[in-house]
Amino acid sequence: MSATDAGNMPAMTYREAMREALREALAADDRVFIMGEDVADYGGPYAVTKGLHEEFGRDRVRNTPLSEAGFVGAGIGAALGGLRPIVEIMTVNFSLLALDQLVNTAATLHHMSGGQFNVPLVVRITTGAGRQLAAQHSHSLEGWFAHVPGLKVIAPATPEDARWMLPTALADPNPVIIFEHSVLYNESGPVGPATGPIDITKAAIRRAGTELTIVASAGMVPKALAAAEQVAKAGVSAEVIDLRSLRPLDVSTLTQSVQRTNRALVLDEGWRTGGLNAEVAATLAESCFWSLDAPIVRLAGSEVPIPYAKHLEDAAIPQVDDIVAAAINLVRPEQ
Amino acid sequence: MTSSTADPHTFEYLLPSLGADMDYGSIIEWRVSVGDTVSRGDIIAVVDTEKSDIDIEIWHDGVIEEFLVPTGEEIDVGTPLARLRRLEGDTSPTPPIPASAATTPASERPRASPLARRLAAERGVDLSTVTGSGPSGAIVEADIHTSTPIPDATPPTHQPQDATAKMRALIAERMTRSNSEIPHYYLSRVVDLTALENWLTAQNAERSITERLLPAALYIRAVGLAAARHRELNGYWNDGRFEPGPAVNVAMAISLRKGGLVTPHVADADKQSPDEIMSTLTELVNAARSGGLRSSWMTGATITITNLGETGADLVHGVISPPQVALVGFGRPALRPWVVNDELVARTIATVTLAADHRATDGAVGSRFLATLASLLEDPEKL
Repeated sequence: MSATDAGNMPAMTYREAMREALREALAADDRVFIMGEDVADYGGPYAVTKGLHEEFGRDRVRNTPLSEAGFVGAGIGAALGGLRPIVEIMTVNFSLLALDQLVNTAATLHHMSGGQFNVPLVVRITTGAGRQLAAQHSHSLEGWFAHVPGLKVIAPATPEDARWMLPTALADPNPVIIFEHSVLYNESGPVGPATGPIDITKAAIRRAGTELTIVASAGMVPKALAAAEQVAKAGVSAEVIDLRSLRPLDVSTLTQSVQRTNRALVLDEGWRTGGLNAEVAATLAESCFWSLDAPIVRLAGSEVPIPYAKHLEDAAIPQVDDIVAAAINLVRPEQ
Repeated sequence: MTSSTADPHTFEYLLPSLGADMDYGSIIEWRVSVGDTVSRGDIIAVVDTEKSDIDIEIWHDGVIEEFLVPTGEEIDVGTPLARLRRLEGDTSPTPPIPASAATTPASERPRASPLARRLAAERGVDLSTVTGSGPSGAIVEADIHTSTPIPDATPPTHQPQDATAKMRALIAERMTRSNSEIPHYYLSRVVDLTALENWLTAQNAERSITERLLPAALYIRAVGLAAARHRELNGYWNDGRFEPGPAVNVAMAISLRKGGLVTPHVADADKQSPDEIMSTLTELVNAARSGGLRSSWMTGATITITNLGETGADLVHGVISPPQVALVGFGRPALRPWVVNDELVARTIATVTLAADHRATDGAVGSRFLATLASLLEDPEKL
């Protein structure tokens, strides 16, 4: 999309874009319904579903008890029964109560039934730190879900993707988990008109560059772009890739980029050990070894529960300055 | 260059690297025999390098016990050439390898990125000849781009008709590296050499032809003194930082009649008198043109002069000889109209230039250096 095109598009917040996507889904298909904690009258903990229950009624925008295992299980049942549920989990920390339903049931039934049953379930989960919600509401556990065969895991990082990834996820006959980073909800950006089904398994090059590839997802994407802008002033040309899909990983786009730039900086807001960034880094080491001019560098969350205090929370996850320093050090180690 | 042996009473003399670009050489002839007692500084052999034939000196006293390589055979730098027995009562440790002769042992795998390794393999670049600019001196892609494939990978033999071509290839390699790696900056200063010329004429009037001083000796002296006062320009750029030279050793580019050039140096040019420098310079020029340059003249230069002479060009923007950080160029001195005390007079004028490595210094340093140099050249009594 050219800058001119983007300039002509209406700007929308990430929250509005997601709400528009939900509204369209509810309007287009009677089988679609939303359920989760406080999604109706309260409008959802992050106000994404605000107004939808007035428009579509309580049957289609349903409040649930505080039982993730229960309502995710109900969602799986509804999907098996022919509906197209969109289940909202308030934060990824709470999704752990539903891990059994997601990992042992949603992800396995197609396989265990020899292809007889599909689970066309969409689960929306808020993730990430940055809103001072402390350790039980701020973690980034997307990598855990990306580990599981049978799930597709996507992370829209722009309003455009928040608007248009949902229809493809809903059309998928198998479970798709959508991670929405909480600091992105107020981010504003251009949203273009529908252009037909979009591929939700492809990564996107958000900024072209020649000297290093910064791999980011979700809340790390705007930070990576801001850092790329800053390092450009220091004469370092950084390419920024937004993973979009955490499972499957778009190895081809990643590989082609790093084979051009010869250096990779992999960002992850989640913890470093055993994180998704380790998977990306190892994949790049396998596919790009003979193109690497420097060791692959990872920048990830500190290995602590996310703190409540603002300065500690900021220190616990990669910030723009950290990315700038890592990028410059990778490309110009002498400076 | 020496190495300890299992027997504490003996040590080995290894083929030294006679310059950053030398990886191998061969013994043309031994200048000593088995059983000879040698002292530090004695010439023990003549080595054929690609650039020229060089007399190599021993760094430690001893008695030659055995020659370990035959003459004429191509050998790598660091290969033991001879085993020597220590003199009676010599319990000193084997002297450390002189810095200028230190090289990476051939067996050590150079640190290089996977991309650098692949490119080096594709282009026929020997990684052991490449200087790394990455972290901890690792060789990265850019270093391969600025290096040149070995011009002739087949084992060279001592063939005089090839020597010129080989020297050309070596100069090409070094100058390519210099111009691609070193961000040069250039400054020039117009200098009035009338006083220097008059002083030389007066000096030489009382001397026999063989004792006469040439301007080049005074240039070397002046550059030596100026470099001693501006140490930032006297030394080496190594591993991403400047290392000051341990002394002021001023090299002079000497062009050879058969083509090519060599750059032997005058050691301690800041401490020697013009007469001493002149006598060394005569030796250097004769040795360069007839063969027989001593190894100690060829390594350890800290700054270089290129002098275009009386019939040359007016101005030279030189190419620095890495790892040095500065090169001083003397243009052709000529009579020019000049203003002295508000009057237009004819004076002998030359343009002196400085090419310097911007990684090591900034223009202000270079400018001060040229000002010092000009004040020395314009007042020859200071020399």
